[in-house]
Amino acid sequence: MAKRIDATDVTAYYGGFKAIENINLTVEPKTVTALIGPSGCGKSTFLRSINRMHEVLPGARVEGSLTIDGQDVYHRDVDVTAVRRMIGMVFQRPNPFPTMSIFENVVAGLRLNGVRKKSILDEAAERALRSANLWDEVKDRLGKPGAGLSGGQQQRLCIARTIAVEPQVVLMDEPCSALDPISTLAIEDLMFQLKDKFTIIIVTHNMQQAARVSDRTAFFSIEKTGDPGRLIEYDNTQKIFSNPSQKKTEDYITGRFG
Amino acid sequence: MTTTLTPRRSRPPAQPDSLRARRLPGYAAPALAVLALLLSAGIVYGVDLGGPVLVVVFGVLLYLAGLFTAANAVEGRRSARNRVWSALIHSALVLAVLPLASVVWTLVSKGTARLDGDFFGSSMNNIGARDANGGAYHAIVGTLQQVGIATAITVPLGVLCAIYIVEYGRGRFAFAIRFFVDVMTGIPSIVTGLFVLAFWVLIVSPWFNDGRPSFSGFAAALALSVLMLPTVVRSTEEMLRLVPPPLREGAYALGVPKWKTILRVVLPTALPGIVTGIMLSIARAAGETAPVLLVAGGGAAINFNPFENNQSSLALFVYQQAGEASKYSPARAWTAALTLVVLVLVLTVAAKLLARRNRLGR
Repeated sequence: MAKRIDATDVTAYYGGFKAIENINLTVEPKTVTALIGPSGCGKSTFLRSINRMHEVLPGARVEGSLTIDGQDVYHRDVDVTAVRRMIGMVFQRPNPFPTMSIFENVVAGLRLNGVRKKSILDEAAERALRSANLWDEVKDRLGKPGAGLSGGQQQRLCIARTIAVEPQVVLMDEPCSALDPISTLAIEDLMFQLKDKFTIIIVTHNMQQAARVSDRTAFFSIEKTGDPGRLIEYDNTQKIFSNPSQKKTEDYITGRFG
Repeated sequence: MTTTLTPRRSRPPAQPDSLRARRLPGYAAPALAVLALLLSAGIVYGVDLGGPVLVVVFGVLLYLAGLFTAANAVEGRRSARNRVWSALIHSALVLAVLPLASVVWTLVSKGTARLDGDFFGSSMNNIGARDANGGAYHAIVGTLQQVGIATAITVPLGVLCAIYIVEYGRGRFAFAIRFFVDVMTGIPSIVTGLFVLAFWVLIVSPWFNDGRPSFSGFAAALALSVLMLPTVVRSTEEMLRLVPPPLREGAYALGVPKWKTILRVVLPTALPGIVTGIMLSIARAAGETAPVLLVAGGGAAINFNPFENNQSSLALFVYQQAGEASKYSPARAWTAALTLVVLVLVLTVAAKLLARRNRLGR
């Protein structure tokens, strides 16, 4: 249920602008990996290039090699939708589908990919909502619109929607930045549980969060505005936060950056 | 000898002493309005300048001047300006609604005279200038068929075109399509009528009709759909652009293919707005006279077949009856006009309800 990701010399562009350059990184299965770094350093770009969401934007492209358990994600025969089914994603702002109910939101990934049988959908919805710690809060109003939930609940709904398709890897792009501390805690707890089944990569601006939830941490940075983002250091979270080998990493995590 | 100026502690000029200020009493504005109207009536009728319209215009001006003076004296300049602008905005609202109310009133008052079973149950076939009965059954059938066919052609075409422009179109081709859709918006309806007359009626229709050109309701529907297309494309396009990109990304990230994302996530989200645009275009098409006159030819008899022979429509019926040399025909024209408005209204309300039913209640 969880897979390993290898990035080799990944370089991503927005039109003529090079956003990240030569990222080399290996993510082990069933771990939480945090990507940290200042704004604009390419963390999100790298994250989005893993499940080929980067290329959704016009003019955006990726070079280098990204493999998931040895399979090249960018091979020309690869079906993009299959990649994205294998590598799910949770966004910064909760984005439940406004025309769908809570239930329909959770099973959207299954239903839109052709699963019709009610019993399968019911079961998948309950399992996903339980995994996302949302079941008890919404079980009596599954038919109500997803947009009527609170921000934290909406984000957990989006997580449930993502894990309902049973991906191998879950990417999270600052999933807690729009949430209050209590909802954040709920989602961090959730990550601990999800780690048993999924490989998780999370982008975060909150260094305490990175230290709390992740096993490995990657620090990205840029020289100056307009330069491409680079991977400065990638190591066990403990090591990064206690004894980083790079001066830049130390400056950033101690708040002396920039 | 020097004089020392003791710095006087002064508060910043913008800070008022008290949060409360003097206000005009609540009855002041209505009282002023009544006073202004009375005064204006006195002047207008006293000097014998004109009628009630002038009294109202003059009264409004007097009211604005009086309101400004009174508010300026009691409440201050800012408040006086606020009151005058509010009054102007409200008058603008009244001015905008007045024609609408007038149209509805005229239609209802004049259109109800012939609102009978005969009107909805019979055509104008064999109805002479001295016959009081006769109806618009054939015209209603024509309008429904022509607008229905036009909608069936336009809606898929227009919505797909908008989807192409918003979701798939890149570069010059999409730009060209948008440009030409904009150009189409400006085509007068008589020109689309001529186009269909030249293209469909004269060139294509003989193939289906033993070599003779033939008027038909379908030709009218073609002309109407040319008119409807730009409205549908542009309004759908605007609505699709309003759908937030994160919704699309959310669906892509679940491994949903692009076409399915558009069909199941983007379109339902934009549906109420799209329906509004479609209804606007239908309303416009239902009221068109010129193309129907040119390519369907009109006619007095009932013709259920939109693909052959003359057909009328409500708008054309109104036009013909209004110019008919019979004392009974104006009443028919008014009733047909009322029918047309009610028809469009009912369609609009029904479509809105349908679109809303698809959305979940909060």
